[in-house]
Amino acid sequence: MNELYVCKVGELDDGGVRIVGEPGHRIGVMLHDGEYLAYLNRCPHQGGPACEGMRIPQVQDVIDEAGLFVGQRYDESDLHIVCPWHGYEFHIKTGEHVCNSAVRLRKYATVVREGGIYVQY
Amino acid sequence: MTATAGVFREPLRKSFDTEEHLGNAYQQALERNYEDFLIVDVDSHHYETEAFGEIARYIEDPVLRDEALYQGMARGGVTSVDGSYQEMTGRVTRYPLRRHEATPPTIHRDITLMRRWMDAMGVDMACMFPTPMLNIATCPRVEVEVALARAYNRWLCDNILSEEPRLTSMLYLPFNDPESCYRMVEEFGDRKGVIGFMVTATHYKSVQDNAFVKTYAALQERGLPLGFHAAYTWGDKSTALMNRFISVHALGFVWHNMVHMTNWLMNGMPERFPRLKTLWIESGLAWVPFLMQRLDNEFMMRSSDAPLLKRKPSDYMREMFYTSQPMEMVENKEALELTFKMMKAESQLLYSSDYPHWDMDLPSTIYDLPFLQEGQKRAILGGNAQDLFKLDPHFAPWKLERQKQRAMAARG
Repeated sequence: MNELYVCKVGELDDGGVRIVGEPGHRIGVMLHDGEYLAYLNRCPHQGGPACEGMRIPQVQDVIDEAGLFVGQRYDESDLHIVCPWHGYEFHIKTGEHVCNSAVRLRKYATVVREGGIYVQY
Repeated sequence: MTATAGVFREPLRKSFDTEEHLGNAYQQALERNYEDFLIVDVDSHHYETEAFGEIARYIEDPVLRDEALYQGMARGGVTSVDGSYQEMTGRVTRYPLRRHEATPPTIHRDITLMRRWMDAMGVDMACMFPTPMLNIATCPRVEVEVALARAYNRWLCDNILSEEPRLTSMLYLPFNDPESCYRMVEEFGDRKGVIGFMVTATHYKSVQDNAFVKTYAALQERGLPLGFHAAYTWGDKSTALMNRFISVHALGFVWHNMVHMTNWLMNGMPERFPRLKTLWIESGLAWVPFLMQRLDNEFMMRSSDAPLLKRKPSDYMREMFYTSQPMEMVENKEALELTFKMMKAESQLLYSSDYPHWDMDLPSTIYDLPFLQEGQKRAILGGNAQDLFKLDPHFAPWKLERQKQRAMAARG
């Protein structure tokens, strides 16, 4: 197993992302709710830089008790990574596509050691 | 082992660089040795809105010119018919960030931006179209459509096509004014980089109208293909029933071309203009086998409705040309393979990216298909377009360099 040094703890803000690695094998490391998450920066759709896009929560249609559509809202508990090429959306915590869990970003383990963040691959 | 980070980069939200945005596409191009063959992108776009001030100055009518300069050409806001929310509220980052991209002052910005994405994808030559100006098709003021179309076509020929041999276009025909369409073919048919003419599919003129016969004859005589570029409009009575962009886009981009294709066939246009080649742009592929089956079935029962046809509608459709994007490809390999077979894709299908739009397709969408032979891939990615448009091939500089390096390495 190899390790890649990302940066010092504190250099990556919550909600931020750092791209590390070599061409053809770049990894996006992000801090979300205190957890370091790492994914291959290559969308399973057409290969876009999935980690470099927006983060946006799940959109919900709101149907009231009478069965009527009354509007839309965000589910703030379910943040998505959005590939900037085409808009494929993935759950930030698992890397799974929001409509098909078989379509997923390749996930890597991260470790924090002696004040540094590392990704294992 | 612990390695140091090869790249330490934080994606910025306030700048944009096409080559960086498409870095993974360039990696695909290298891995697949795209330098070995020509890739032609038959449907790509630029945002002429950034140069609209230049284009508007090409409008001859001084009153309309002032109006255009004052009003601009950007899509409208959230309530406009064509404004839509194609960008998915910023999810597709190249839309909002594009304007921040820096380009050198010595060459037209549109040429620089086109070259950058083409090089990154491994595309050698591209047929470029405008973006918001496709929608002038739905402008209720016919004279405005005509004036803007002519201004855009003049501007494009003078400033872009004349300067870069890798760029071509099928020029916009203002279909609401048949006489102007004919004049457009006569005026621009011989200009450098003009490889055909194009109708935006959201027109409300029937293609079989006698008023267009002169234009079709002129195109046939010149050997220039006629393209029908799909589009959507929320102004159509059927799409006005829809409340989501996904609905109006998914159906609109197919529906309007299905209308024109059906009219084209049932009125015997392939028999009346047997040497006029038609190209159906940006409707994807799945509609082709559907319409073939539907029309063949009805034609066998009521051929009296289409007496000029000597063969089944599908036989004519298999002789027409189609661009590939947006190729339907979610868990449908068998359907896709059958679609390729039904439309005779190896000779009739032309790769297109539609870059920079949200549903763009990379060359790998064709190159990675498991049911195609290498020769078929190369034909779809470039050979078919080279034949149809009689293109003089111009390769991307990095491909020429890589070809040279490999040749030198082979010689030892």
